[in-house]
Amino acid sequence: MKALVIAEHDNHILKGATRALVTAALQIAEHVDVLVAGNKCLTVVTAASQIAGVSNVLVADHGNLQYPTSETLAALVLGIAADYIGILAAATTTGKNFLPRVAARLDVAQISEITAVITSDTFVRPIYAGNALATVKSTDSIKVMTVRTSAFIETPTGNTVAEIKNLAAVESSIHTMFISETMSESLRPELTAARIVISGGRGLGSAENFHLLDKVADKLGAAIGASRAAVDSGYAANDMQVGQTGKVVAPDLYIAVAISGAIQHLAGMKESKVIVAINKDAEAPIFQVADYGLVADLFIALPELEALL
Amino acid sequence: MKILVAVKRTIDAYVKVRVKSDNTGVDLSNAKMAMNPFCEIAVEEAVRLKEKGLATEIVAVTIGSDKAQEQLREAMALGADRSIYIQTSDELEPINIAKLLAAVVQKEQPALILLGKQAIDSDNNQVGQMLAALCDMPQATFASKVVLSTDKVVVSRDVDGGEQILSLQLPAVVTTDLRLNEPRFKKLPDIMKAKKKIIEVFTPELLGVVLKSHITTLSVADPPPRKAGIKVQNVAELVHKLKNEAKVIA
Repeated sequence: MKALVIAEHDNHILKGATRALVTAALQIAEHVDVLVAGNKCLTVVTAASQIAGVSNVLVADHGNLQYPTSETLAALVLGIAADYIGILAAATTTGKNFLPRVAARLDVAQISEITAVITSDTFVRPIYAGNALATVKSTDSIKVMTVRTSAFIETPTGNTVAEIKNLAAVESSIHTMFISETMSESLRPELTAARIVISGGRGLGSAENFHLLDKVADKLGAAIGASRAAVDSGYAANDMQVGQTGKVVAPDLYIAVAISGAIQHLAGMKESKVIVAINKDAEAPIFQVADYGLVADLFIALPELEALL
Repeated sequence: MKILVAVKRTIDAYVKVRVKSDNTGVDLSNAKMAMNPFCEIAVEEAVRLKEKGLATEIVAVTIGSDKAQEQLREAMALGADRSIYIQTSDELEPINIAKLLAAVVQKEQPALILLGKQAIDSDNNQVGQMLAALCDMPQATFASKVVLSTDKVVVSRDVDGGEQILSLQLPAVVTTDLRLNEPRFKKLPDIMKAKKKIIEVFTPELLGVVLKSHITTLSVADPPPRKAGIKVQNVAELVHKLKNEAKVIA
């Protein structure tokens, strides 16, 4: 009984999400293989082969996998899917994009964003933006799933090295042409992967004031998020939005500044390990979920915070 | 050029969700329902493409119980020309929804299919991708910009940490993300006009689609509540607690 993990990487670095996927996969099957699909990704392959408990690393290292389309990735996985009882990808924009194609072609369901494995066929997943948790049982012979990797610990490097097997190239998709990919050139960590997130709400008052968060974020090495109200008011870019219709984050520390705590925002951050709320309204709902609440004017509290960090 | 846009009836995004006391699901009996916000964006995009003269006809489609037709009327009030309603009673799994939509695609032969990236109830984020796979079409998920021409569509996609641009040969499937557009409000005269537009009714049987169950929901529960926290008096106390008690900063 083997499960297949699709590695998350950028062709240079194996992302921690892959290690969390291995943790989830080992709860489903006795043996776990990792697929590394990329271009000139040898360092990733080496790192993956050293993860404790991994049997084989399957490598597809080809030019057309530098920026693989969903069609190409799906074709690659479908070529080896029959060997596995489980196929797991991270619930990132990559995993969410290609894995449903795999499931559809296998004529099985996909189980999205699991947060726990109960048995090899039963999983927990959040629905209604995390306002409810569903326990679901799959009757498919191959379980295809995306995993919310922040819900699983990362399997460390072990003492053994997995066997490395090369896969043949798959054809590029003929209907899709890759044009470009631009990553935002922020020196800050990515919102969904950051260990610390500081978010601002409408209370910041302006796009200019929103930058008051920058200095604190710099000191903490934090990513910056925003409430929907702040985005709608034009204070912050849409891709910074944390919430039901934005990004779901679960950092070690989440600092909500001048955010009232609407349901739609809470859905995106309430899995954070420690929540801090700074708000001048003592009755703001955000205080009901905050581990540490500070009733204060942000224009006084933020500079103080920056000075003390 | 014909555009097919799929819409879903979901709980209103601003309504508080309550889990049923017997843990069989979420209580929707008195909940306000609406069109899934991402589907609204899909409808809006279709209407804008038609207004620009790039599309000639917009067909809206939904799947569900009778009341789901309200969302088709809504789509038609926003600018869809006609609708297809697939009558089912059950809550369908994404793979089954994709199969039904694939049958509609077969029948209608649209050049572009627009869907929301996910529904805010089941949060699956699967149907567009599955539909593309079943129809052997290219796909662009999480669209933040759509540039349509006669034989292709260039789509900017929101990906983790940045943006990707793909060019898809038509016919193609595009799923919408938040930044794509801001949906307009329905106008009363348009709501009246929409009442006269046509809804064609199908069943899975009529479409020749056999539905299969893959997943059983064993229970639906409230997430564990967060334990009540404390109020700190000042910034110094906050920093002290974060360093020494929570140990989340050094």
